[in-house]
Amino acid sequence: MLKRLFIALFALTLAGPAMAAGGDVELQKRDWSFSGPFGTFDKAAMQRGFQAYREVCAGCHGMKLIAFRNFADLGYNNDEIKAIAAEYEVQDGPNDDGEMFMRPGIAADRIPSPYANDNAARASNNGALPPDLSLIAKARGNGPDYLFSLLAGYKDAPEGMTVPDGMYYNAAYPGHLIAMPQPLYGQDVTYSGDADDSIEGISNDLVQFLMWAAEPKMEVRKRIGVAAVFFLGIFVMVSYMAKRRVWADVH
Amino acid sequence: MSATQFKSPVVRWIDHRLPVFSMLHHTAHDYPTPKNLNYMWNFGSLAGLSLAIMIVTGIVLAMSYTAHVDYAFDSVERIMRDVNHGWMIRYIHMNTASFFFIVVYLHMFRGLYYGSYKAPRELLWMLGVVIFLLMMATAFMGYVLPWGQMSFWGATVITNLFSAIPYVGESIVTLLWGGFSVDNATLNRFFSLHYLMPFIIAGVVVLHIVALHRFGSNNPIGIDTKGPQDTISFHPYYTIKDVFGIAVFLLLLAMAVFFFPNAMGHPDNYIPADALQTPAHIVPEWYFLPFYAILRAVPDKLGGVLLMFGAIAVLFVLPWLDRSPVRSARFRPLFRIFFWLFFVNAIALGYLGGKPAEGIYVILSRVATAWYFLHFLAILPLLSMFETTKPLPKSISEPVLGSSGRTA
Amino acid sequence: MANSDTNKNSAKGDVQEPGRRDFIVVATYAMAGVGAAAVAWPLIDQLNPAADTLALANIEVDISKIAVGQSITVKWRGKPVFIRHRTADEIARANDTNLDDLRDPEVDTARAEKPEYLVLVGVCTHLGCVPLGQKTGEVRGDYDGWFCPCHGSHYDTSGRIRKGPAPTNLEVPPYSFLSDSVVRVG
Repeated sequence: MLKRLFIALFALTLAGPAMAAGGDVELQKRDWSFSGPFGTFDKAAMQRGFQAYREVCAGCHGMKLIAFRNFADLGYNNDEIKAIAAEYEVQDGPNDDGEMFMRPGIAADRIPSPYANDNAARASNNGALPPDLSLIAKARGNGPDYLFSLLAGYKDAPEGMTVPDGMYYNAAYPGHLIAMPQPLYGQDVTYSGDADDSIEGISNDLVQFLMWAAEPKMEVRKRIGVAAVFFLGIFVMVSYMAKRRVWADVH
Repeated sequence: MSATQFKSPVVRWIDHRLPVFSMLHHTAHDYPTPKNLNYMWNFGSLAGLSLAIMIVTGIVLAMSYTAHVDYAFDSVERIMRDVNHGWMIRYIHMNTASFFFIVVYLHMFRGLYYGSYKAPRELLWMLGVVIFLLMMATAFMGYVLPWGQMSFWGATVITNLFSAIPYVGESIVTLLWGGFSVDNATLNRFFSLHYLMPFIIAGVVVLHIVALHRFGSNNPIGIDTKGPQDTISFHPYYTIKDVFGIAVFLLLLAMAVFFFPNAMGHPDNYIPADALQTPAHIVPEWYFLPFYAILRAVPDKLGGVLLMFGAIAVLFVLPWLDRSPVRSARFRPLFRIFFWLFFVNAIALGYLGGKPAEGIYVILSRVATAWYFLHFLAILPLLSMFETTKPLPKSISEPVLGSSGRTA
Repeated sequence: MANSDTNKNSAKGDVQEPGRRDFIVVATYAMAGVGAAAVAWPLIDQLNPAADTLALANIEVDISKIAVGQSITVKWRGKPVFIRHRTADEIARANDTNLDDLRDPEVDTARAEKPEYLVLVGVCTHLGCVPLGQKTGEVRGDYDGWFCPCHGSHYDTSGRIRKGPAPTNLEVPPYSFLSDSVVRVG
């Protein structure tokens, strides 16, 4: 009876998030390096993903929760981080004259967003709001697979479906009509070295980068988790033996 | 009880003037407990532990949280990114909330199965229902605080329930909001109340325990203890058993916190609240889904709200609906069947609450809702009149000495 | 495991407390204690400065635009930091001061890495007010350095206390010159 209770309740809890996804979208399931209890990020792919974000996505999508100092997680050292930050112009102020002014970014700054506010973003994008990407990998069901499928999901609309002006057909997008034009065609980014710069290659790098951005503490979380589960596993066994020991003489 | 039982003279000196040690000793040490409790009796202590974890992590989170519509979302993300171990503390808070409900639901089903709500434990049961209600209110308001899309729209939908009240509904909703929509004033008062209510829960928990200790725990056989041969002292037997239960609970909790921290949450709550755009499917947290299904089963606004609150109100009068003198389902063959039907029905309600309110789901929700109330209002009263129960053992010691090995 | 110490712990009535001192029982409670201690640390450590606060624990200041005789104030760790581009006269006066005249004797060369630039935490060592003397036209006190309006402490051109209730000189924060024009404070 106990077992039945547990199984049923566990099924219920697992059903919750699964129910949320739904829809008739095609998701490509991929094996990500960060999946599973021992999964880690791929630093080289994240660096390429940042480059792709900067060259392809950053024109419309901000990442306002990410600070340059966080790029230490991508494998950049302090000087590289300072150099990256200095390539951005950041608004500061007010100065002694009461004016806001622009200055080069420092490591402590967050990535400046492309638009001053949501209305400015809508005005420049036909009324559509390009979402901030800081948390996007967690803000969509099956985030990594969804983002990958979305980037590779631009296709010709099926027979009989009219695609209005300013909209595009995407197999992975709920409703299939998306306001974002196809961002990747392959060779959009010039990678140093011989990294894969096909649509799939760049999408993979972007997903690595975006997943890190959404969950930067994932690696330390899993490391602590392994230790905690190991400790508690032993604790379960020891306390069970102790319980048996204490109860040995109860009839 | 004399203070001489304590070895330390300091403890004895204090206890003579302030008998806290005697009280603790009585409640957690030599409190006589039926010797045949099974593992279903572990969930009370686990619920207490969950409450403690929630209060401790909650106080800590409040140190870095900002209750303002412009800053709430980012302040939570700052906890996740910049505050030392903030991600861990928040994930523990988030997941323990879900585990708290799992534990309390199991605790309640235990009570339903073994008839723990029956005389003389009616008030003990009713205090438990009060705790459950307070928990729901606290959890609801806590879910609003991160100010994501689900926070905002959950708050909007649930507060709008009160607009179903005739004549004064709209005014009450405006009062709850402190404005004309869910906004900064709402967020601030929810934060204030979310901080307050766990302590009220803790107070009711004390009453719950006082009521428990008046007649002691019920047990799987459901008959009263007849003497010292039926009981054992709480310590060390049930302390060590509770420690084992806590170990298992913490192991499962750690797995959730460290490996699936968002499995019981909703992705939309990582999107900042937007008052101009409702998410495609609004679903409450999973632990509210059965009641959400009942709410939506009725096409009438007021009717749905009344039924939803009725689903909890009926629990208050349960001791007077089930008049059977036999407590445990073990000796009530028919009740046992209906208990499991009710259990499956409750799970089904939870499932339906997460589905869109359309097509077959609406019909199924209505059937399941009808069954929920039928169980309490018709089946239980009828069973108590017509059911033939199995003969009860003379005492706890008797069957335990016999074949049943359920104590281990 | 022997059950010999069971009877030593006989409690009231006919209820016995077996095995309380058994190794495995002690180990269980010990592990519970260790676990609780391990959880306590994150709860305490969260009180320490967060990563975004620490990121601003060092600041880099461009000092190339401070004219001789001028000062700027920058915020560092929530406090004002004074950077004064001293005139030759001010440097000379700071060096010529007899150490016996000082309440908190310190030579100027120990307080300024480059004599032209004096970097100080702008908090009066008396009770934490911010002294005047940064802007042109502000009162600089009897020694032409800074003057604290709260209780009348006078600091000289090296930021040393000369008169008034303050016990020690204005604090020099840790800093270093990254180049001729950039100083890193912290």
